Amino acid sequence: MEALKLFLTIPLIAFLAMPFMSIKWRGIVAYLAVILNAILSSYIAINVLGGENYQFIFSGNAVTGEIPVRIDALSAWFILIINFTILTGGLYGIYYMREYLTMRNSITLHVTAFILLHTALLSLCGLQNSIVFLLTWEIMALSAFVLVIFEHNKVSTIKAGINFLIQSHVSIIFLLLGFVWVAAKTGSYDFLSISQFTHEHGNSVSLVLFIFLFIGFAIKAGFVPFHTWLPYAHPAAPAHVSGIMSGVLIKIGIYGILRVILLQNTNLEVIGYIIIAFSAISGIYGVMLAILQHNLKRLLAYHSIENIGIIGLGIGIGCVGLGTQNLIVASLGFAGALLHTLNHSLFKSQLFFSAGIVYQATHTVQIEKLGGLIKKMPQTAFLFLIAALAISGLPPFNGFISEFLIYSGLYNWLPSADSGIIITVIFSILALVLIGGLALLCFTKAFGIVFLGNPRHQFKHQISEASFGQILPLYFITALIVAIGLFPNAFLTIVSKPLNLFIALDQNNTSTSIGGNSEILQMISFSFALLLVFTAIIFGIRQMVQRKHAISADETWGCGYTGETKKMQYTANSFARSYYKLFRFILLVFKKEKTVENVFPRHAEFESSPYDKIEKLLIDKPIQSIRFFMGKFTFLQNGRLQYYIIYGITFILAIIAIPLLYEKLLQLIEILKHL
Amino acid sequence: MLSAILIILAAIFYTGIINRTKSIASGRKGPGLFQHLSDVIRLFKKGAVYSKTTSFIFQIAPTIYFSTVVIAMLLVPIGNSKGLFSFQGDFILFAYILALGKFFSIIAALDTGSSFEGMGASREALFSLFAEPAFFILMGSLALLTGHTSFHEIFSALHLGSYTTYAIAALGSFVLVMISMVENSRMPIDDPKTHLELTMIHEVMILDNSGFDLGLILIAGYLKFAIYAAIVFNLFVGTIHYEYSIPLFFFTQFILAVFMGLVESFMARFRMSHNPQFIMALSSVALLIFFGVLLIIGKFI
Repeated sequence: MEALKLFLTIPLIAFLAMPFMSIKWRGIVAYLAVILNAILSSYIAINVLGGENYQFIFSGNAVTGEIPVRIDALSAWFILIINFTILTGGLYGIYYMREYLTMRNSITLHVTAFILLHTALLSLCGLQNSIVFLLTWEIMALSAFVLVIFEHNKVSTIKAGINFLIQSHVSIIFLLLGFVWVAAKTGSYDFLSISQFTHEHGNSVSLVLFIFLFIGFAIKAGFVPFHTWLPYAHPAAPAHVSGIMSGVLIKIGIYGILRVILLQNTNLEVIGYIIIAFSAISGIYGVMLAILQHNLKRLLAYHSIENIGIIGLGIGIGCVGLGTQNLIVASLGFAGALLHTLNHSLFKSQLFFSAGIVYQATHTVQIEKLGGLIKKMPQTAFLFLIAALAISGLPPFNGFISEFLIYSGLYNWLPSADSGIIITVIFSILALVLIGGLALLCFTKAFGIVFLGNPRHQFKHQISEASFGQILPLYFITALIVAIGLFPNAFLTIVSKPLNLFIALDQNNTSTSIGGNSEILQMISFSFALLLVFTAIIFGIRQMVQRKHAISADETWGCGYTGETKKMQYTANSFARSYYKLFRFILLVFKKEKTVENVFPRHAEFESSPYDKIEKLLIDKPIQSIRFFMGKFTFLQNGRLQYYIIYGITFILAIIAIPLLYEKLLQLIEILKHL
Repeated sequence: MLSAILIILAAIFYTGIINRTKSIASGRKGPGLFQHLSDVIRLFKKGAVYSKTTSFIFQIAPTIYFSTVVIAMLLVPIGNSKGLFSFQGDFILFAYILALGKFFSIIAALDTGSSFEGMGASREALFSLFAEPAFFILMGSLALLTGHTSFHEIFSALHLGSYTTYAIAALGSFVLVMISMVENSRMPIDDPKTHLELTMIHEVMILDNSGFDLGLILIAGYLKFAIYAAIVFNLFVGTIHYEYSIPLFFFTQFILAVFMGLVESFMARFRMSHNPQFIMALSSVALLIFFGVLLIIGKFI
């Protein structure tokens, strides 16, 4: 009780203190409030992971009924993930925002929204009353909206923000429908009534409920085809907000899906297949589009969709494992999903933060204009590289561990799967492999073109490394990325706590079956250690050998050509070209071309911009037809006051007349019936 | 550890045998059996030239590439002898650790800022992307057939089956040999002896490497050949006694090396745009194996 009161008071005090602070201090005060709340909630979360569940019930009011706050291991796991990313993101943000200190009003609004977002995200993990949950969900969406439109003087930013706002509300509609349905049937807004509903209404009805809630949460999480807001909102937001959105905001959708699975505990097999189908498509589609993107932050945004797909695959495998009483598969699937949730929040926020540093140094995120940054910003390049390796799922980093768990789940599933289902398994494996390969293609492109080679564009200003304070949080994240890679067992022990909740759904089960995996992970971390040691030894030998010989520096070998080669470098577009040519049937690229003509060509240009086929089909086409339909009624909006007055009068008359006529109509029907 | 020693021994001869086969087939005197080793030793004794464009990535990449291949080698079993690391799902680590090396060789190529090396990098990334599914489906089918998920367990259980497993193994070895050709950038995917940079894949990526680094890259290539040949060997042999398995191991390596030499002598390189189709065909063969396995275990529809 005390803790919760304090939890709500801290942001309040911060809001009240805000007007009395100078603009520089407002960010710091906000960050302090965030730190305090993070410590408080992490303390509770760690206790919960230690074994004692936290529960408190607010009395609430007549509308909401009792408001239970229940924090179990699943909530605690997400609370810790949220806190870590928000803390590193906030620290980074303080330095990032220094360049915008002149925008006083925007800054104040921004930091206030930042505290609100943090508080809302944490509350969502604990709240178990559907009305209050939706209200908090709304607060989260609105504060995220405010954070996204920080640079609201740019048209594209506002557009992206409104897109996000609308899609957030579509998500709320689906959640609302689901929750209201449950409340109407059971008379309670408590989340536990979802279990009751499932219990009373049988499998097929609960599946419909699940689909409603799943769509609601999937829009937030960014599953294809509900992903279209994501590639707009992420690039438009300031870097620390993009990092936080991609790192934890979309994860709250994953939390929601996991929570519903826990509460419903039925149809697990069917649910599993649904999630696997969505996830495999999300994973492949996300990374396929990411490769084409030439805006660094947009590229990263598409990668979030891919990683949500990987997490979803884990959840799906886990559900099917539970549904078919295959606990090894279930534990591997859920463990992979839970760990990948943490992993993705780490490397994705790190990638966005370093992209932000690149943006502030060069004032652009267009990959084609960058190049050779590694010499001017070695630290940022190094940090980006680590995160790029981790997100591609390469050893010895954390991404490999969680993907390995999911792979193991799939391969363990193979022998026990039935004939039809075996195809699902093999195609899931295929999906995961393709995702890995495509991610490798994508991040060699992103890192190689942005940081390596020669600069592709002459900037008028000096490009220099960011200040130490801004880079510091990235080192924290890197430390965790490496730690999970090298000591996966320590983290698996923590993951096993929320995992047990899922395993416990199976009544016949007595113990958790994560035990065998710890030995496997032990072996993996040994091999990683050997890899590092061996690399170090070889590198040492190399240094010793090379000391004896002449080492010289010269121009890159141009195969005989010795002129200017900077403009001849491979670009992002050319790197991805052969890939694009192969997958043209899925991808969509708009081209604007003015070709070279005649003997003495004057001006030629070529411009290509990738677009999303699913967005075109599911968002643009329907909007176009709605617009076409609505366009028929534009004659009503003719701008003449007289007409508007007539509309008003007609409306008022109609309001008065309809009830009267209704009475008459009823009488008429009565008379007709008598006849 | 025995497997690692055997693979290293095989790697010493493998490339030499390919070269000898090629020179005999084309009627040349050709380089000696150990010429490729003296090439490497000569490189180790030389100094190096580094491009001014490059950064530390270019310096560490060959080392990382080499050590990933070595660690991958340690995962491969031979007959009764397990790899140094053997656990359930070790083949996943095998593929991903090789991918780590590939990542570094690709970004090292981009590090030079050369248009040619970027071309090679782009091709390498794309082709290895296509080769990977075939390997995973193949291993998936074998895992399904044997009920195990580690290299050693799969291969020890494999020979116990009927003659049909040998049919599967034949198809599997075709896939693996082709993967090893893709991985090592040999004919018909890539021509290591071509003189035109525009048509190279692997060779063009290492244009700027010299001295010790180039030596490491070459050794890694030799090792890769022997590693894939060792996996092919495992498909057939199972857990027979060392007296037979070790000679058989070298015999398999020899046969495969001669096969590759003959392919390189009598086949032309594919057109670059046909390569993806060819590599995708590998995945289809792997799927064929998978359906074959489904037939064998009676789960086919």
